[in-house]
Amino acid sequence: MHPFTTLSGVAAPIDEANVDTNQLCPTRFNKVPRGPKYAEILFYDQRIDTDGKATDFLLNGPPWDRAQILVADSNFGCGSSRETAVYALYEFGIRCVIAPSFGDIFDANCAKNGLLTVVLPIDTCGALRAMLHTAPGMTFAVDLEAQTVRDGLGGVHRFDISPIRKRCLLNGFDDISRTREYAERIAGFEAAHRQTHPWMFGR
Amino acid sequence: MTMVTQATTPNSVQNDVPNTAQSTLFRKLWDLHHIVTDEGESLLYIDRALAQENTYHAFVALEAQNRKVVRPEQIYAFTDHYVPTTGRALGLAGIPVAEIRNMVVQLQDFARKYGINLYGIDHAQQGIMHIVPPELGIVQPGLALIGNDSHTSTHGAFGCLAYGVGASEFAHVMATQTLWQTRPSTLRIRVDGRLGFGVSAKDLILAIIAAIGTDGATDHAIEYAGAAIEALSMEARMTVCNMSIEAGGRAGMVAPDDTTFAYLEGREHAPSGAAWERALDFWRSLPSDAGALFDREVQLDAARIAPTVTWGVSPAQAVAIDAAVPDPAQAADDKQRGEWRTALDYMGLTPGMALSEIKVDRVFIGSCTNSRIEDLRAAAQVARLGKAQVPTWVVPGSQSVRRQAEAEGLDRIFIDAGFEWRDPGCSLCTAINGDQLEPGERCISTSNRNFRNRQGPGGRTHLASPAMAAAAAIKGRLTDVRTLIG
Repeated sequence: MHPFTTLSGVAAPIDEANVDTNQLCPTRFNKVPRGPKYAEILFYDQRIDTDGKATDFLLNGPPWDRAQILVADSNFGCGSSRETAVYALYEFGIRCVIAPSFGDIFDANCAKNGLLTVVLPIDTCGALRAMLHTAPGMTFAVDLEAQTVRDGLGGVHRFDISPIRKRCLLNGFDDISRTREYAERIAGFEAAHRQTHPWMFGR
Repeated sequence: MTMVTQATTPNSVQNDVPNTAQSTLFRKLWDLHHIVTDEGESLLYIDRALAQENTYHAFVALEAQNRKVVRPEQIYAFTDHYVPTTGRALGLAGIPVAEIRNMVVQLQDFARKYGINLYGIDHAQQGIMHIVPPELGIVQPGLALIGNDSHTSTHGAFGCLAYGVGASEFAHVMATQTLWQTRPSTLRIRVDGRLGFGVSAKDLILAIIAAIGTDGATDHAIEYAGAAIEALSMEARMTVCNMSIEAGGRAGMVAPDDTTFAYLEGREHAPSGAAWERALDFWRSLPSDAGALFDREVQLDAARIAPTVTWGVSPAQAVAIDAAVPDPAQAADDKQRGEWRTALDYMGLTPGMALSEIKVDRVFIGSCTNSRIEDLRAAAQVARLGKAQVPTWVVPGSQSVRRQAEAEGLDRIFIDAGFEWRDPGCSLCTAINGDQLEPGERCISTSNRNFRNRQGPGGRTHLASPAMAAAAAIKGRLTDVRTLIG
């Protein structure tokens, strides 16, 4: 996993609430092996019409086709657990999504792939999106160590993040390596669990 | 609908001390599987894990990191999302599209390579990953179970901790048999009273989601409780828990009781003999203690719930069948007005029209929400009253459900009514095996998601119960099933 430290990039507004993972990556594309093709798949059904032509969806043209940050509305990434939704964002170039709330599973999937999710108050997100519509192409600066987002007008927005998620993102730590440090505790737990609840280990 | 939301305790700082006095079902399950806490995240032991064809992303990630599956006997793989629902006698050769066939082949190959329990396309117990494990007794109270699918919450119906996870977390479980999680808050949804005539578990969960919203349970583990929940069969409880994720809840559960134990006894993977007695003692200790505190409580009255149908593009956009399509002019605020307009535009509906005026093009009875034998019985009871006016599919959730339905003659009832009786799989719910709607087609569906394009690009979905879907099939339009079977 690539570390996430700081990011300065074009931010794009996604105004709709409840953007589900099937919109980020329509289910029929789950067959695609992870790779650059996912850049085209992001929001496919909104970006490409039924005749195969590009629509005027905001990520299709400048300046937002270079977006690295999305500012969204509530419950972003709800729905299916498919991690392909994260692959699509990542391959498109998105490294940070700012929203008032996220789907639980999507949020976890982002963290495991080096994509930062930032929760800011709903009014702040609304104001930031309005700012981006007024000044398309505006860049935001994200500093994970400082836990801040600096908008294009210089406003600084502090966000919370769990210490462990922050550490993993900053260092690009892989979860499995982290867990291996606990190998003995896991083995001890499993042995005791097997003894007290033997039926849980099958017949 | 009456709804009371109150916080009984503030979101307290999480600590590592087991909550021994007056604990909730959720907290007991959590503590039982808790290995260690590190910087706010807890490492949980995972008893069982459920894979499907899309899990190949997790296998590929695992192999790229040169890691092994540590407990293959605790991993179960199901072919369901990509299998065809016709022509199954041909096995793999019956899948005409190479890319789709390859998804089934890949999972089967990975499962064999790592020695994982495989319910492949030709297995006598093949079926949907949320239908088969309960049938076989693989799901039991007290387990911590994950699945590479958001509807893994289904299994919480047995009083176990059941989480849907993505490919990375699934790979982590295969490599370590553990999962890092932040402990969620608890939400008890209490449903008092009795469901009325013609009202099912599907109507109940749609009404719950409409009441609390699609993010109403985000960061919460739900416990469904109250007289109306206790009265539900195991299959109905699974329907309720299945859609927890549509309210944002990663886990939803019901306390195990005699209904649970009666369902489990004698199933292939359930404990037996002395182990059964020992398990039973343990299972009886799991329900939330009287006086246990939940972070939030919501209460609904079952008697006020009618057969419910979605009109929009979110499971929360649901109303009683005798209601009208909402009018954006009456929305609470500009934001909701915008959402309603977008939904109505996509769905091709006029504000204020009666739901019963909505004609359907297709009917789908199936999915991990509603493809169990009780669902098919409810649909057949209505199917025998008429003939399908539009193409209507019945897709059983498993080979076992298919055999049981055929033994009861339900397949004949469906076929005589002009319904198509198909082979088990996810089919038109997730629409990736080739079964899908044409652009603009309107389908009443017993599945769980009415998101735009979910059942095929441009497809329009109305979520409903099996009985309501069958009623729409024989009337060609959304119909209150109570007027047919009264």
